[in-house]
Parts: sequence; structure tokens; C-alpha cells
Amino acid sequence: MLEFVVRRLLHTALVTLGVVTLVFVALRLSGDPAASMLPGDASVQELADLRRELGLDRSVPAQYVAFLSGAVRGDFGDSFRHQQPAFGLVLERLPATLELAFAALVLAVVVALPLGIVAALHRGRVADVLAMSFAVVGQATPYFWMGIMLILVVSVELAWLPTSGRGGWRHLILPAVTLGTHFAAAIARLTRTAMLEVLGQNFVTTARAKGLGERRVILAHALKNAAVPVVTLVGLQFGTLLGGAVVTETIFAWPGVGRLAVQSIFVRDYPVVQAGVLVLALVFVGINLLVDLLYGALDPRIRHE
Amino acid sequence: MSDAIALEAPPVAKPRRIPWAAVLPAIPVVAVLVAAVAAPWIAPASPTAGELAARLKPPAWQEAALPGRPLGTDLLGRDVLSRLIWGARVSLVIAVAATALGAAVGSLIGLLSGYHRGRVDRVITKLIDIQLAFPFVLLAIAVIAVAGPSIPVLVVVLAIGAWVAHARIVRSLVLSLRERDYVQAAVALGAGTPRILFRHLVPEILPVIVVLATFDVGRIIILESTLSFLGLGVQPPTPSWGSDLRDAAAYVRQAWWTATFPGLAIMIVVLGLNLVGDALRDALDPRTRRMTR
Repeated sequence: MLEFVVRRLLHTALVTLGVVTLVFVALRLSGDPAASMLPGDASVQELADLRRELGLDRSVPAQYVAFLSGAVRGDFGDSFRHQQPAFGLVLERLPATLELAFAALVLAVVVALPLGIVAALHRGRVADVLAMSFAVVGQATPYFWMGIMLILVVSVELAWLPTSGRGGWRHLILPAVTLGTHFAAAIARLTRTAMLEVLGQNFVTTARAKGLGERRVILAHALKNAAVPVVTLVGLQFGTLLGGAVVTETIFAWPGVGRLAVQSIFVRDYPVVQAGVLVLALVFVGINLLVDLLYGALDPRIRHE
Repeated sequence: MSDAIALEAPPVAKPRRIPWAAVLPAIPVVAVLVAAVAAPWIAPASPTAGELAARLKPPAWQEAALPGRPLGTDLLGRDVLSRLIWGARVSLVIAVAATALGAAVGSLIGLLSGYHRGRVDRVITKLIDIQLAFPFVLLAIAVIAVAGPSIPVLVVVLAIGAWVAHARIVRSLVLSLRERDYVQAAVALGAGTPRILFRHLVPEILPVIVVLATFDVGRIIILESTLSFLGLGVQPPTPSWGSDLRDAAAYVRQAWWTATFPGLAIMIVVLGLNLVGDALRDALDPRTRRMTR
């Protein structure tokens, strides 16, 4: 197990370096940040000054080294708009984003696992058709439209829940449902497929032949083996969830990192965009590491690959 | 003995049935495609010119509806249906272009990586790992923040999101295909690499690429509308389902219809594409058909 953990840590370190590099490439090579930060009528002198201030007049390798050392120290420069370090601004909003993402994750798993299991056990019957219709429609619905429709029906027409902002659990429900539905659809489909595959295997027949109760066979034997692909999906899809959080935060005025990053684009607050994107990406890398380790604990075969 | 042979004789070929699983969901997709192509002739009004006097009129079945505006009008008095039809053009062109670009680049990289293996393959595999470790919307935000929102930028960014899946799947297919006898025979006969790749391997993997691309078009329609919704994609006044929803979200209380129809359009097209993709995949691989049914 120790060797497995060390291997995963090394892999994560490499991926982290890659992600930082990717952000650098995306931000530096897709245009001139100085030009996009200044108003259109800025003078050549102003442009040159800003480029020097941002270090853009140096060679690309020198910029890359500066970017890397800044990223390690959490130094992305000051926000132009808020006059304080961009990294601090992002960290302040990180708990809100994580709260939303985890709420959506928990909701999705709690809804989707039973749905997938029931669908697999009742293959081809009404419960299966209903569960899979939900999944197929859920996967085709964009987050933001779902959010708008929920606001329209639940908040405006029925006046049950608040439309926006962060507060108690009542504020969390609609954003979590918006963000979680798409995810729940994917989990339900995969759980069903994995369960169907496992239920046809010999060890399940053996367990039944031993006289174990059906509940025990499904929960203890089948589900544990069907869990590996499901856990992988949950981990891999967490990135989509963080990406979806950007959109969900915007619809519900949820004060998280994603909304901050998007708003910062429009006011050309470049250091904040950079810090926000990188922090969310690193959270994702961290979660992936956790999933990998969990995965190794669930399935001993993976440790020795 | 003769009985056994009789049992193993191939069954009489069944008459071909219509593959409803693929045809039914294709209907809305084809309908939207036709509407997009025929936009100048079938749209009841201009998608960009509005009359302020005709602002926020509801759809035809509600009171105060305006004749000739079946799905109502938006805040600027523009016809919602016409914007939907013209928006289909924009959304579909972007999605198909980005999918084609992503599939072509991704498949080529996957082909080379899987066929040559070795160091190139290791670098590409790591590259794929790194990109998969990165939420796509964030990458799009980073690029668009600097490059500025425009349709060409959008197509390139969306293609960057699409290439990975193609590269990964094509690579793994080629890894096993290259060991097949017919490929080894071609190598032994002295066929050059391009000939082996494009004459022998590509025809074999093409159906998989097509299935993957079907799902991709749907996925990219959602991504494009998401970016446009955030204000990072198609810019007004160009009609697009995503950017129309961005405007509509602001006054959803006054006009439910402007926020409802573009979303329904996205959902129906993506649903259709996903179901067609499912049917194609099942037709291709009997194993998944057994599993998913």
C-alpha cells in the first residue's frame, strides 16, 4: 500500500506541474494580457509600463519561472479592482464553492445510487424505464437552464425558496439540485450498468446458493464490486462539477470562486482570473488523488498494477 | 452427427427491421438541422430587428399575444421563434466545426501515439492525463479571458475540449489493431506508415470515431451554450441559444417564454443526439447492447 501511495503522490506532483504549465500557456499564449487589461484608447507608453509591471517584457522561460515561483508561494499579484492579493480573495470564496460542490455531490450520490440499483434489479420493467428516462433527460439538460427553470417555478411561482445568495440550508437547495442533477444522471446510468454486469457473475450466484438473503447479496456482495467504476466516475467527474459550479454560482449569485473568476474577466481583473482558475484546478487534482487512494483501498488489484 | 450439423446451420436471414431506436431520436435532430439550413425562408421575422412597441409579448396561446409571433417576443421586441431558428444555425455550425476539428486532431494524435508507441506515446498519454485533470470550463475561461470572445476562438477552445476523448480511444484501439495479422502482413509487404494508418487502420476505427463524434456534438452544444450564457461565447446581437438565455435570465419574472424555449431547444437536440449515439454504439458493439438494455 505504501508503494502505491508514493506512486500516486509522484503522479499527482507531475500532474500538478502540468496543470500549472497549462494555465501559464493558456493565459500567456492566447493573447496579450496587458492589451486586454487596458482600455482601447491606452497609449503605447501605458501599455509598455503595464507590460513591464506584469513582467511580460521578459523572455517566455523567465516568465514561466516567475509564474511557477509565484504559484508556489500563492503570489498571483494584487487584484486591480479590490486592491488586495488575488490569492487571498480567491481563498476567501473557496469554502462557498466547496460547500456547493459537496452538497451537489452528496445529493447526486444519494439519489442516483438507489435509482441505478433499482433499475438494474428491475431491468426492462417500469422502474427501470422511469429511472433511465430521468437519467437520459438529466444528461441532456444544461445546468444553467435547469437553474433558471427552478428559479422560475420554485422561487418565483411557488415562492418556496430564495432565488439567490448564500445563507442557511434553504439557499443551498436550488443550487445543489441544479448542479447535482446532471451528475446524478451519469451516476445512475453507470451504477445500473455496473450492477447488471456484477449480478451476472458467478460469485453472486454462489452467494445466493449459500442461502444468503437477497439484501445481503445485493448490498454486501454485488454493490461492493460495482462500486469501483462508480467511485472512479465520481472522482473523474468532480472536475465537471467544479466547472458546473462556475455556472451555477453565476445563476444563483452564490459568492464562490467561479463567480468571482467570471466577473473578473469582464472587469479585466487578470490576477484574480489566474488565481481562481489555478486554485479550482488544484482542488480538482487534490480530489483526484483522494479518489485514487480510496480506489486502491477498495480494490487491492489496483494497488499492484 | 447429422443432427448436430443441422442445428449449427446458419438461420435464415431475417427481413431487415427499421432501427427505431436510432430513427425516432434522429427526427428532432434532423428537424432542427433543416430549420437551421432553411432559416432565411422559414423564420417568420428578422432575428435581430425588434420593434420596441412589441416588447415582451407572450406566446400565441396566451392573452395579449401578437399575431405572427408564435413564441412571443423578447425584451427588445424581437421574435423568439426567429431567434431560435437562426440560433440553431450558430449553435450547430459551432458544434459541428469544433467536433470535426477535435475529432480530426485527436484521432490523428491517437493513431500516431498508438502505432508508434515508445516515447511519443508516453508524452501524449501524460498530456491526456494532465488535461483530464483540468475542468474544461476553467481552461475555456483562461483562454477566452485573454483571447477575447469570438466564434473562431470558441471553435478552437471547444475543439481543445474534444480532442482528448478521441485521442484516448483511438490510441487504445490502434494498440490492439496493430498486432493483427493483416496489419503485420501489410508491414511485411513493405507498406509505408501512412498507407498502413489510412488504408488499414482508419477504416477499422472510423465507426467508433463516428459514434464518439455524435455524442461530442451534443456535449459541445451544451458547452457552447454554457460559455455563451456566461458571456464568454457568442456575442449579441448574433442569435445563439446560450446568449439568448443569458439575456432572458435577467427578466425571467416578466417573461417566462424567453427563458424556456431556447433551453428546450438545447435539451431536445442534445437528447436526440445522445439517443442516436446510444443506438449507433449498440449496433456497433453487441456486448454493450446486452449490458445497457
